[in-house]
Amino acid sequence: MDAPIRVLVAKPGLDGHDRGAKVIARALRDAGMEVIYTGLRQTPEMIVNAASQEDVRVIGLSILSGAHNAIVPRIMELLREHEMTDVLVIVGGIIPDEDVQELKKHGVAAVFQPGASLGEIVEFIRSSVSQNV
Amino acid sequence: MELMSESLGVGPDVQSFCTAGGIPIAPVYGPEDWKDFDVARDLGRPGEFPYTRGIHESMYRGKLWTMRQFSGFATPEETNARYLYLLEQGQSGLSVAFDLPTLMGQDADDSASLGEVGKCGVSISSLEDMETLFRGIPLDTVTVSMTINSPAPVIWAMYLAVAEQQGVGWSSLSGTLQNDILKEYIAQKEFLYPPRPSMRLVTDVIEYAARYVPRFNPISISGYHIREAGSTAVQELAFTLRDGIEYVGWVLDRGLRVDDFAPRLSFFFNAHNDFFEEIAKYRAARKLWAYIMRDRFGARDERAMKLRFHAQTAGCSLTWQQPYNNVVRTTIQALAAVLGGAQSLHTNSLDEAYALPSEQAVTTALRTQQVLAYESGITSAPDPLGGSYYLEALTLEVEKAARRYIEQIDAMGGMIPAIEHGFPQREIADASYRYQCSIEKKERIIVGVNAFTGGGEEIELLQVDESAQSRQSEKLARLRARRDAGAVQSALDRLKRTADDGGNTMPFILDAVRAYATVGEICSAFRDVFGSYRERSVL
Repeated sequence: MDAPIRVLVAKPGLDGHDRGAKVIARALRDAGMEVIYTGLRQTPEMIVNAASQEDVRVIGLSILSGAHNAIVPRIMELLREHEMTDVLVIVGGIIPDEDVQELKKHGVAAVFQPGASLGEIVEFIRSSVSQNV
Repeated sequence: MELMSESLGVGPDVQSFCTAGGIPIAPVYGPEDWKDFDVARDLGRPGEFPYTRGIHESMYRGKLWTMRQFSGFATPEETNARYLYLLEQGQSGLSVAFDLPTLMGQDADDSASLGEVGKCGVSISSLEDMETLFRGIPLDTVTVSMTINSPAPVIWAMYLAVAEQQGVGWSSLSGTLQNDILKEYIAQKEFLYPPRPSMRLVTDVIEYAARYVPRFNPISISGYHIREAGSTAVQELAFTLRDGIEYVGWVLDRGLRVDDFAPRLSFFFNAHNDFFEEIAKYRAARKLWAYIMRDRFGARDERAMKLRFHAQTAGCSLTWQQPYNNVVRTTIQALAAVLGGAQSLHTNSLDEAYALPSEQAVTTALRTQQVLAYESGITSAPDPLGGSYYLEALTLEVEKAARRYIEQIDAMGGMIPAIEHGFPQREIADASYRYQCSIEKKERIIVGVNAFTGGGEEIELLQVDESAQSRQSEKLARLRARRDAGAVQSALDRLKRTADDGGNTMPFILDAVRAYATVGEICSAFRDVFGSYRERSVL
């Protein structure tokens, strides 16, 4: 059997609203993935270090405060510096449509806006990871 | 029902009717459900113990609720303009939303504030910002609510200093400071220091208000954020009241008498979708608190037994899809709050699943309250649903379930040990996951999200100017250059000594803000003494 997919669920920025991050973490775990949750208020550096140490295939970022345009590009830049561009980065939260394309240009694989289903997120991770073994 | 089964592929299962929070609902309610019901013990009349039916005899016939829309964005200049607009539109009180750096005790020019300044609320770093925020707003006539927790004593000191400048005596100030740190550890997670020193600061504010600012509510004990974090109605109620018990205990330990401060404790609850369960929650809250204050704390003044509350419709119930449906959701939720006897109300705007509200959206939200107040007729009789077989039975069920949680937390030694064990956090995480899974499986229908999808409308969104951070930082740099640096330093030194020695910190915080010490400087002075706090994450 394949090894389970390892995912880092991270909560960057100052925002403490962690309901979404926790629900996603549980859903991915229930879907058979290995989930590491960083806890709150992680800087881009802390997130990339954790991803590197935990050797994850996927980073899921939860941002609800509107600070994504400042935070996400920095994380992508650090991943390039650490030669970790094979890590799949997905973002969930209150991300306006016009920012979605911008985040994707920086290398984010998918953005899940409010109302996205848990099943959809699980499926996206599974299919993206299996394509890039 | 036929139509529902066809279009959704799921049928209602008559065996499993229950409230949103999982309380089973019988097929029908009638007099037989009242066999254990004692009208004097459980209900009373409006304005009479245990206040189940409301805290005033005449309720909204005597005075409507306060329509208080929570708002704040970008710089103090822009938010001040929004406040003047809202007051002109007939809003009866202000409610300040601060941005995340302010809520986390950081200045606008702090590197950790990058990207966050002015995003979720107004940026306030110094007394100068607070002066701008309330320019042209007379603090002796407008009541102001401030949603701030860890830095609450600092922001409140700035407010008191602005009142001084306006020549308004503190005894004529009224308003509300949220200042509820326990629900931060439980749910919203905007904490700076460990729980015990944080509780001391909360107590400092309550004590200082009781002595010098007697008409101000120094705390708003809040279930709202607990609910937004995914709790059930019962958990929201139980954890909030148990937090209230904790605060009362701390203030009593300071040597105050219960009747001297408890009349100024206020509460803040969510208004979510399950209409009757929400109304039952407010009624049970009043009854439980009245008994707690009388029997557990020996209150004699009836004002100390009356639970007064602000309500806000549920932000987490708003959908990104088909945003105009949010007006309807908000109306139903606001109706529940009013039928539940709220003293003040915030109605969310239809665009808040996307962004802070636009002026047009916030006007519709305010108009929703005005329609309820002036057109619907629901204000004509106090507690118009009192005596409903279903509602009274549900009120008792909610009360019983909340009481069990309160007893459980008592047995753990109070709310602080319960938080340290992750108990309320875990209960909430479990409930929120169950809720999400029920949406996923379509056991629970959210219109426009997992059923009746398609369509949807484009809406105009508020754009927060990205320059807020640089404008705030420039102002702050000028202030730092202009102020008396020696006076700031000595005020901060005295503050730290008091924090260490154990006296009431409020007079020293006031001195520091009058010298234009910033929110970040004062909070980091406290951090030097108290240390900071990192939670153990509960998944």
